[in-house]
Amino acid sequence: MSRFRKKRGKSSPSIQTASLPDIIFMLLFFFMVVTVLRDAEIIVQVTTPEATELTSLERKSLVHYIYIGRPVERYQHIYGTSPRIQMGDAIRGLGDIAMFVGEHRLRVPENQVPAITTSLRVDQEVTMGIVTDVKTELRKAEQYKVNYSTRPRID
Amino acid sequence: MARKSARDRMSNEINAGAMADIAFLLLIFFLVTTTIMEDRGILVRLPPWSDDEPEIVDLNQRNVLSILVNAQNQMLVRGEPFEVENLKERAMEFIMNPNNDPDLAESPSDAVISLKNDRGTRYDAYIEVYNEIMAAYNTLRDEASQRQFGAYYDDLSLAQRRIIRAEIPMIISEAEPTDFGEED
Repeated sequence: MSRFRKKRGKSSPSIQTASLPDIIFMLLFFFMVVTVLRDAEIIVQVTTPEATELTSLERKSLVHYIYIGRPVERYQHIYGTSPRIQMGDAIRGLGDIAMFVGEHRLRVPENQVPAITTSLRVDQEVTMGIVTDVKTELRKAEQYKVNYSTRPRID
Repeated sequence: MARKSARDRMSNEINAGAMADIAFLLLIFFLVTTTIMEDRGILVRLPPWSDDEPEIVDLNQRNVLSILVNAQNQMLVRGEPFEVENLKERAMEFIMNPNNDPDLAESPSDAVISLKNDRGTRYDAYIEVYNEIMAAYNTLRDEASQRQFGAYYDDLSLAQRRIIRAEIPMIISEAEPTDFGEED
């Protein structure tokens, strides 16, 4: 019977929320660190192929991206359906690659220029012709460090 | 008077109740804008470009493992059809040549893997082959570093890596693709 007697205790139980901001701040910092603010709108559809021998790129400021794939449906009336090259947030031609690489070099301290990496995000269904053309242009622009962006393969 | 001011000082704290709200707001902003990009891939080094015809280097036939991937994504290794699943083993055997086979490489530093494809070869077929070659070299380098230093290649110091790299250099020669196959 004594179990039902304590009416007084009902009003007071409240959860301690003093440490809530700390927890939230912790989450906040996590997301602030892992966030990459997307700078380019995706015009071409890219699903990268799978591979096992992966290296991760560390210095984000030393990486630039070249996307190769078919334009997404929204842009097909402008760019057609065959694979195109996207640099920055626009469809560009092969002739623009040297300039694109050069622009990035200007933004980087001189001693870090050799570490600049081109990450090729290429759709798995694209044929090698266009990829080879891009590679040739990169070689002509003396940009030799290249990363074939891939997904980890899950066996 | 003294008692009152003491009580004032007691309650003179910053109200931190709204802090959680502000933090939440920022958190939600970063949650929405986050794209956790997987920035991983196969890192390669392209050869320098020269406008001249490349000079023809006479390589001993046994030191070259030629791999061709055609526009139908079929693979030929030294002119014979081959399955990708077995390529890693084949490449490792070719590079190390454990039984001193006169058809395989003289030494790991002489071994050259020549990779050729058509313009119509699909990108994922090319990456798959490239991945297998990388896997072969990574496994061999790991074995060598385990033998010499008792650690994985990735854990070695830069000087130790240089020794392993000199022992097993990765020489992959990529030929200009042939114009076969349909491009779109």
